[in-house]
Amino acid sequence: MKQEIRVPEVSDGVVKGIVIGVSVAVGDRVEVDQTLLEMETDKAVVAVPSPFTGTISAILVEDGQEVDIGQVIMEGEPEDGTQAAAPPSVQAAPAAAEAPAPTPAAVAVAAPAAKPTAGGALPPPRTRVTPPGEVAPASPIVRRFARELGVDIHAVAGTGPGGRISEQDVREFVKGVMAGATPTAAVSRPLPDFAKWGAVERQPLSQVRKITAEAMAYAWATAPRVTQDDKADITEIEAYRKNFNASAAPEAKLTMTAILVRVVAETLREFPQLNSSLDLAAGELILKQYIHIGVAVDTPGGLLVPVLRDADKKGVATLASELNTTAAKTRERRISPADMEGGTFTISNLGGIGGTGFTPIVYAPQVAILGVSRAEMEPVWQGTDFAPRLRMPLSLSYDHRVVDGADGARFLRRICEALEQPDELVMEDPS
Amino acid sequence: MSALDKAPLVIVGAGPGGYAAAFKAADLGLEVTIVEPELNPGGVCLHRGCIPSKAFLHAAKVIREAETSDEMGVTFAAPTLDIDKMRAWKDGIVEALTSGLGGKVEKKKIRHVRGRARFTGPKSLHIDLVDGGETTLEFDQAILATGSRPTLPPFVTSLSERVIDSTGALDPKRIPESLLVIGGGYIGLELGSVYAALGTKITVVEMLPQIMTGADRDLVSQVKRRLDKQFEAILTNTKVLGLEERPDGVAVTMEDKKGEQSSQVFDQVLVSVGRRPNVDGIGLEEAGIELEDGFVKVDALRRTTAAGVFAIGDVTGQPMLAHKATHEGNVAAEVAAGKTAAFEPRGIPAVCFTDPEVAWVGLTETEAREKKIEIKTAKIPWRSIGRTLTLGRDDGMTKIIIDPTNDRVLGVGLAGPGAGELISEAALAIEMAARWQDLALTIHPHPTLSESIMEAAEMFFA
Repeated sequence: MKQEIRVPEVSDGVVKGIVIGVSVAVGDRVEVDQTLLEMETDKAVVAVPSPFTGTISAILVEDGQEVDIGQVIMEGEPEDGTQAAAPPSVQAAPAAAEAPAPTPAAVAVAAPAAKPTAGGALPPPRTRVTPPGEVAPASPIVRRFARELGVDIHAVAGTGPGGRISEQDVREFVKGVMAGATPTAAVSRPLPDFAKWGAVERQPLSQVRKITAEAMAYAWATAPRVTQDDKADITEIEAYRKNFNASAAPEAKLTMTAILVRVVAETLREFPQLNSSLDLAAGELILKQYIHIGVAVDTPGGLLVPVLRDADKKGVATLASELNTTAAKTRERRISPADMEGGTFTISNLGGIGGTGFTPIVYAPQVAILGVSRAEMEPVWQGTDFAPRLRMPLSLSYDHRVVDGADGARFLRRICEALEQPDELVMEDPS
Repeated sequence: MSALDKAPLVIVGAGPGGYAAAFKAADLGLEVTIVEPELNPGGVCLHRGCIPSKAFLHAAKVIREAETSDEMGVTFAAPTLDIDKMRAWKDGIVEALTSGLGGKVEKKKIRHVRGRARFTGPKSLHIDLVDGGETTLEFDQAILATGSRPTLPPFVTSLSERVIDSTGALDPKRIPESLLVIGGGYIGLELGSVYAALGTKITVVEMLPQIMTGADRDLVSQVKRRLDKQFEAILTNTKVLGLEERPDGVAVTMEDKKGEQSSQVFDQVLVSVGRRPNVDGIGLEEAGIELEDGFVKVDALRRTTAAGVFAIGDVTGQPMLAHKATHEGNVAAEVAAGKTAAFEPRGIPAVCFTDPEVAWVGLTETEAREKKIEIKTAKIPWRSIGRTLTLGRDDGMTKIIIDPTNDRVLGVGLAGPGAGELISEAALAIEMAARWQDLALTIHPHPTLSESIMEAAEMFFA
């Protein structure tokens, strides 16, 4: 049924207005309260809303036309039961008119078509604080300041009103980057309310967990990591180890980890760059003239990494008994912080638990870590037939800023080869 | 043909982009050569665009004000118009400004080669000199600033005394009886306003449903209301099918949106359907300069795809506005001089110098709707501002568009007398990432039209 749409009462004393914009066309389907047209009165610009949901069948006014309160401006066909309960009235609202109903799902703003890059734009920000498609809220001189320092302004978090970015914010950002801190706002992203979906329990973090979390986050953010996998044939060396242990005192028992410490220490002398740390600010590589191997130990309180000092100057026998003592002390939490400092390389052996391989995270500022998984008996092709061989998966993660892929692969291969030559294993301390 | 000395930096074209770049580069210590056929810098803007049209618009304003001052108790006799004198006055303004720029070229020791250049390779130009000779020029870096020219629709084969473009309209030898303005953009409407004030019967024909496409409808409606009274007709949704020059005028065939054709004779026809970039015949391919959508492809530093060659102004894309070109010119000059700069405006103000003027900067409501950007707007009619009525006016509107999530000002639209002067405050607010509170809490002088910006912002408090 056809219904007329009239200019509603606006406010006291207003009897007419001028149409300044018709927002709909004949045939349009409109929602109740959708703006049909805007009208300028002596006091304000007001939006005339649709009194119903339905279709506009006629528009009787045009832009610029003067209309009286109560005048018929449009006609439409309401859909059943959608008519506004009260006769339409406009709040005498000089107040802000809402934008024409934006679809929330579609608010993903199309980025204003960026100008083509002929290869000169800044690299994409590490972490964009300003949402894509939006411009960073900073004044022209602040933007220029950032550009001069090579800072993508979109990565800077503003501390001013409404997130406005000041010159000081840019300075702080640069300081943060120079100090090695991650300039990420994402680190402190708010968590959802998990209790919405079921019961939760909050546990305070142990000191070990806190330190581990910080160390891992730092390593993850600074060291671009590559993991190289290989397998060592330990059939012979394992036989030797078992044989040795058959007659050894408990504290002198030889573990695969001790053997690995020895082999790694020996190999590091050949590959000094894996025994280094990077000083990017100074533009220097720090090559350590000592080899202290950290060994990850699983304890009830969390992961601890005691350090075996000068591992390259000790034989497997010494390393084994040192490791046995240290590991025991560590599990009992009797180890001192000093015993966990100064490592130059880390070994994490999960072979006792199982697994076929993993990707250890470099314990920055060290540049490499060796992960060890469980050895398995495997059929190995010997040229004419398969032979059962005990093979141990090794995963070397390294900081790719310092170590190239080929060197990483060579280092790990060398370790495998050393493990395959038990005769060359140095049992006694080298003189 | 002798070659010129190698140029460390050559700028091709000396319009508002080119001369800005030249002056900036010279100030930064570069040795600058400009290649420009005109005697003095200035380009279309000064010679036959912005400046001449504003001179005529001022004359039109004086005529209109004298016509309407009767109600204030000030009555003038009908004006006597001397078109030759008016033209000479305009020429004097152009001469004063362009010769001033010419003096600056000398003072900054910029080499001016009068001629038209085209690239013959990645680092070389061929120049046809204005005095008839030709020469070549090798360069290290170049800035391309060749601007744009009016587009002619297919039914206009050539210009004449009766069929003119903006250049002809700004150099009038007589006042036509009637004038058909083809194209309801800002150029056509400004020139139509001028001629209407001079007594010409104006008809505007526009293919699209709205005049002044790009501006928000509520702003346009402020102008349309007034133009409807000054013009014979504004025909939207109407196409021109053909022109025929006759002894008594130009017969124009048009078709409205219902498909009905009609024919009318006009004394003159002004073609103002748009402008196109001057990218042809200048050897872009030889230099390895690529185009994109008809414009020279540039990055934020205004570098083209050819190493060492920059492009600025109308050749790089919309909006084709002098102030955009000037800003780009400064950026290109700074980058050429090894400084850090980029073209990254948050808003480029646009002004249509009709009466009332329409000006906007940043996001428009139309654009927000198209891109589904969530906004909040505040609008205030100028008749609620004291200053409006004291000017003998009752029209005008200020609109502020904000981001409702952080209160930041995204765009401002103004319509009303002097809107073009007021928009700069909004441009600054947007560049400074101001919030509406910043505008509302800034003291604006009373009684001025600028109060409308403060008052519109205050509406967000509600």
